[in-house]
Order: sequence, then C-alpha cells, then structure tokens
Amino acid sequence: MKMVRIDARGMHYTPLNQKIRAAVADGAEEIVLDNILGQRFIGDGLRGNVRIIINGVPGGDLGMFMSGPTCIVHGNAEHAPGNTMDRGMLVIHGSAGDAVAHSMRGGKVFVKNNIGYRGGIHMKQYEVEARPILVVGGTAHSFLGEYMAGGLVLVFGIGKDKAMTDRGIGSGIHGGEIIIRGEVDDYLLGIGAKKFKFTESDLERIAPIIKSFCEQFGYDATDFLNTNYTKIGPASSRPFASKYVWE
Amino acid sequence: MTLGSVPPKFKVDIDRYQCMDCGRCIENCSYGVYRREGNKILIESRKCTGCLRCVSMCPRDAIMLTEKPVDYRSHPLWTREAREDIIKQARSGKIILSGMGNARDLPVVYDHLLLDACQVTNPSIDPLREPMELRTYIGKKPSKLKFKKTESGDVELETKLAPNLKLNTPIMIGHMSFGAISLNAQLSMAKAVTELGTYMGTGEGGLHEALYPYQDHMIVQVASGRFGVNIDYLERGAAIEIKIGQGAKPGIGGHLPGEKVSEEVSKTRMIPVGSDAISPAPHHDIYSIEDLVQLIRSLKEATEWKKPVFVKIAAVHNVAPIAAGIARSSADAVVIDGFRGGTGAAPKVFRDNVGIPIEVAIASVDQKLREQGVRNEISIIASGGIRNSADLAKSIALGADAVNIGTAALVALGCRVCGNCYRNLCPWGIATQRPDLVSRLDPERGAVQVSNLIKGWTYELSELMGAAGINSIESLRGNRDRLRGYMLDEGMLKILDVLPAGA
Repeated sequence: MKMVRIDARGMHYTPLNQKIRAAVADGAEEIVLDNILGQRFIGDGLRGNVRIIINGVPGGDLGMFMSGPTCIVHGNAEHAPGNTMDRGMLVIHGSAGDAVAHSMRGGKVFVKNNIGYRGGIHMKQYEVEARPILVVGGTAHSFLGEYMAGGLVLVFGIGKDKAMTDRGIGSGIHGGEIIIRGEVDDYLLGIGAKKFKFTESDLERIAPIIKSFCEQFGYDATDFLNTNYTKIGPASSRPFASKYVWE
Repeated sequence: MTLGSVPPKFKVDIDRYQCMDCGRCIENCSYGVYRREGNKILIESRKCTGCLRCVSMCPRDAIMLTEKPVDYRSHPLWTREAREDIIKQARSGKIILSGMGNARDLPVVYDHLLLDACQVTNPSIDPLREPMELRTYIGKKPSKLKFKKTESGDVELETKLAPNLKLNTPIMIGHMSFGAISLNAQLSMAKAVTELGTYMGTGEGGLHEALYPYQDHMIVQVASGRFGVNIDYLERGAAIEIKIGQGAKPGIGGHLPGEKVSEEVSKTRMIPVGSDAISPAPHHDIYSIEDLVQLIRSLKEATEWKKPVFVKIAAVHNVAPIAAGIARSSADAVVIDGFRGGTGAAPKVFRDNVGIPIEVAIASVDQKLREQGVRNEISIIASGGIRNSADLAKSIALGADAVNIGTAALVALGCRVCGNCYRNLCPWGIATQRPDLVSRLDPERGAVQVSNLIKGWTYELSELMGAAGINSIESLRGNRDRLRGYMLDEGMLKILDVLPAGA
C-alpha cells in the first residue's frame, strides 16, 4: 500500500490541500497528516478512495463537497465536518462543533463523543445509493436534524442518563429519520417532527450501521442491539403546504 | 360561506362573426377557460389569467379580453386588491403567495433619470464607424500591476491575476432554476448566451445534463438548500454564485412545491419526486460575515481557486455596508437584486413591501466601495426590474459593471407577465414541467429570440454611449455626471449623487 506522510505544522490549508491532491494523483492509498492544528477545508472537493489519517484538530468544513475518501481524525473536529459531502466517510475520535453533516447527501459521519447545535441539518437523500448517515456516540445540542429531507441520524448517548436533553429535534423535518437510544421527552421535538414506533425491522435495518460504528471505536455492539430506541420522522413530507394560499 | 365570490379578473369574449370555430383557443388554454359543447365554444371567464396565449394564437383576432369587467366602488385607500386580500385571508387564515415581481404602482427611479448626449463641443461618436468597447470583465482587479524584465529584454507581468469572466456585452441572464422554469426555457437561454459570449445562472436547481454543452457560459448557484450541489456541479460552472437573498423576497427562503418536482427535476436537484424542495431562510453554515468568508473559500478551495465566486444579496436598507463586507471576503462579485426582482412564488407582503429599489442600491454600494478604496476588489452586478437598454445604461452610469435580466428574457420567450408561474400550467411552456406545455417552447427558436433581445439592447447601448461621446463601457461605469434627475427630491438626488436636470 502506498503511504504518504505530510507534516502540516504551520502550514496554510491551500498548500496542504495541494499536497493531498498531488499525493492522490500520484496513487497514494493512505495519507497521514501530522501536527494538524486548525487547517480548514481538509479534503474539500476531493475524489477517490484514499484514506486520510488526521493527527490533531482539523478546522471547519472538514471533508466539504468530498466524494469518496475516508478521513480518520485522532482528535476533535471544528464546525461543519461533512458539509454538503457526497460520498466517503469521516470518523472523528472526539467531539465536533455545530452543523455537523450540514446538507450532506451521501456517505457517513461517525463522531465518538458529542456534537454541537444543528447537527444533520438539511441532510437529504436521493434514491438508495445517496443516503447520508450521521452517527453520534454522545449527545447533540438543539435543532438536531432540522429541515431534514432524507438520510439517517443516530444518537447513542453513551455515558448519559438520557441521550437527548436539548430541544428542537427535527424541526421542519420533511424526510429521513432520527433514531435516538432510549426515551425522548415529547417537549424536545421540534415543529413538524413526530415519534414513530421503532420496530424489529427498523433494528434489523440499522444493525449494520451500529456494528460498523462499534467496530470503529471499539465498543461491544450487543449493548446497542439489545436496547430500545425512539424513532422520529416527519409528520408530513410537505410541512409548509398548509401555511399558504395563492393570490 | 357568507363571503360569496369576488368578481372575475377578466372577461373573455369571442366575436362570433369573426370566429371560424378552429378550436385553437381550446387547445392552447391550459387554464380551462374554453370548452366545446355541441358546435359551440363556451367560455368560463373566471379561469382566465390574462396570459394572452389564446389571443396570440387566434387566427382571426376574434378574442376580446377586458380587465376588471366588474369593479368595486372606487376608493383611494380600500382598493380592489386591499379588499380582495382581506376576503382571501378571512376565508383561509393563511399567508398570500404570488408570482412575478413587485406589482405595486410605486415610482420607478429609472424613469426619473435622464441620459446625456454631446452637442457641438465633444462631438458624439458614430458607432457604425468607430469601434465601441463593450467587453466587460467580472471579477477582482489588481490595485496595481507589477512587471519584470526577462533576460531577453521582454517585459513580463509579475502580478497574479484573479480569474475573471469575459463578457462581450454587459448583459447576463440571472438565476432561474430548472424546476421554477422548464428545461426548454433554460436551453433557449443557454444557447443564446453561448452564442453571444455572455453568461446565465442555473438557479438553485442543479445543472441538467442537457446543459453540459453550455456549461462554460453557466454560473452555478449554491443556495441554502444546496440542491444539486456536488463537486462535479461546481467544477462544471464558469463561476459559482452563493445566493444569500433575492429581491422579490428578502430575508426568507425558497420553496419549490412538490407538484413541480417531476422525475427530471428530482434527478437534477437530487431529491425524491413530489417532495417539497425547501431552501431555508439562512444558510445554516453562515451565521456571520466570517462564516460567509469560510463558505466562499471552501468553494474556491474545492475548485482549486480557478473559479470566480459571486455573492448575491437582496437590496435592503443596509445594502452598502453589507456589500463592503462582501468586498473584503474573497468574493469576486456582488450581485444586488432590487425589490422589483421577479420570482416564481413569494409571499405577497414580502414581494410588495420588503427591500429597496435597485437604482439606489447600485449608487450607494458603488459610493461606499469607492470611499473605502475597495471598488477594484469586486464587480457589481445589478438586477431586479431591468426592462430595456436605457435601464441598462443608467445602471452602469450609477456604478454597476453589468446587469442580470430575468423577466425580460422570459418575455422574449413568450411570457406575458400574468404572474401565475407557481401553478405549473404556464401555457407558454416556460414556468411549467408539464411535457405537453414544455414542448410548445422550441429551444432553437427561443434561443434566437433571447439572442435578438440582447443584441438589440447591445446596439442601443453603443448608440447611447456614442451619443454621449463615450467609446468604452469603462468610461460610462460610475459616470454619474452623464445622468440628471428629473422630478426627484433632494434626498434622492443626494443618495444617487446625481444633479437635477438643468444643473
């Protein structure tokens, strides 16, 4: 396997991304980035199947518009990792900021700990092959899955009494699903969001995702398979249709 | 219902003596005004929108249309519109949506600005004989140029130039998405701008495959819904526009009703068939000017700094400082959309009341950028109600680099501004996705019409410039000395930085 190591100490994001692109063009299969400290846009618009190991804390918009690669972050991530991402995977061994997976259209974002506000906002789905998935090990702040139009958001709440305690879950949601481990209080749901029965077939459907998440972070998957979940989805696929009258 | 019905908007009459009973009116009217019963064509006037499709297709000029055949008791305050809006809301309790741009009878500043011409001293220039330079470059201009001498004694440019768009005429077509309008309408305009050497916008609806051959003349839009946006889309565009706001509905998002999300629209936007396409009011990764910088740079970084990035805002009260912020944000152009800008659908209260006229927005933005010494950092593109070459010339004299047209291009395709764009029934094949209606618009012929319009305006612009003794568009830009205000108040003249007529 062809591996490339880049020391990013003190490097601006543009030359860093240029080096990454050059390495990918040169056939690199794994790129290790050392001393990452706040560089934004890592992997922005990048194509291919390369695996990027990020040692440090990347800046905002990690993997934005990315189409294919996998980024493993050994640290926390800043705001909006996976922004408008198309394909590929982000694995964050820490927490991430606001608007994680914003408008994501495909691929996976796995966050070991917590995420900020507006996680999974306006995620959307087109047919089966383009279905974005956001999995959060810890908890999320308000407006999780706001305006969601497709895809899956899964929150485990590891180490918490309740997986979600912030309000506005799924406000304006008109597609996709938010699955949260344990019970979710009704008052936490946003306008247009509704609880649905979490069935055996739902569990069967998400089991491969649960296993994949546990594999990444070294958890025992049985703890997450033998437990109850709350499923939240749209009350209507046209949440605003009744608000208007034509001239 | 105690409210009863309101009077019909139009009365349709057929001159039975002229009528040859060909039935073209029945075929052409998608609103269902006409039907045949026995050997008679019957009329249901209440369904008429005034789109004039039947009138223009009648071979005998046998159709008569009267607007407001029954009117209310006249009243200066309680107009027909005011009364009918109340009736509508008393029935529904909802927000009133409407199509097209601002329909209020407010004074048009363009109509109160007059252009200059040369007499005796400074002879005018004949554009038939002299070359007129209309080429316009959109994008950042360096504040100074640095050169170096090579060993062979040649001079080489040392300054790195930012990517610019080259326009043969300062007229572009603004963003109208596939979804809001038909593919044939987009194709007509794409063919026209490619032939003329100018550009058009995709709107927030993705880029349909059929438009790939024209992609070098298409500006791809990134709006808050991010519909159709991926790296492929960004790389195809000649430039990228971030849409923050729109003149017809500043401050609110967009909303394509599920009815218009057909198979093809769904494929291009990458959303399921029949689902509402909701663009939220803000971009949820932009909550500050710093975040805007981040989105601009993310787009540039994704496309390796090869594409100019524009930012489109609605003309609102603080447009000048907002544009100054954008000028410092790595953006290459700011697109300002005035309150007369068109739209497929907008809440009426926004369309008619929010925002400011484009004329004053251009003047105050240009002024502010010059005061701050950053005018070269960014181009100004003006849009929102530009009807003819005079509006174009006046916009440039007020300080714009180029204009975007929208409604004017649609009128060139057949639109009669009936304002029913949201119903998916446009009988001209423009604002509809119904295949039988879309096929009424032939992209080849549509392209010729749009191209003719832009050519006509371009000729007129060179004539106006020649008459004013100006042979280059750069000498007209921001040249407010060649404008005079007619019947404008002192405050308005000050904002426009224009002298009154006679001074």
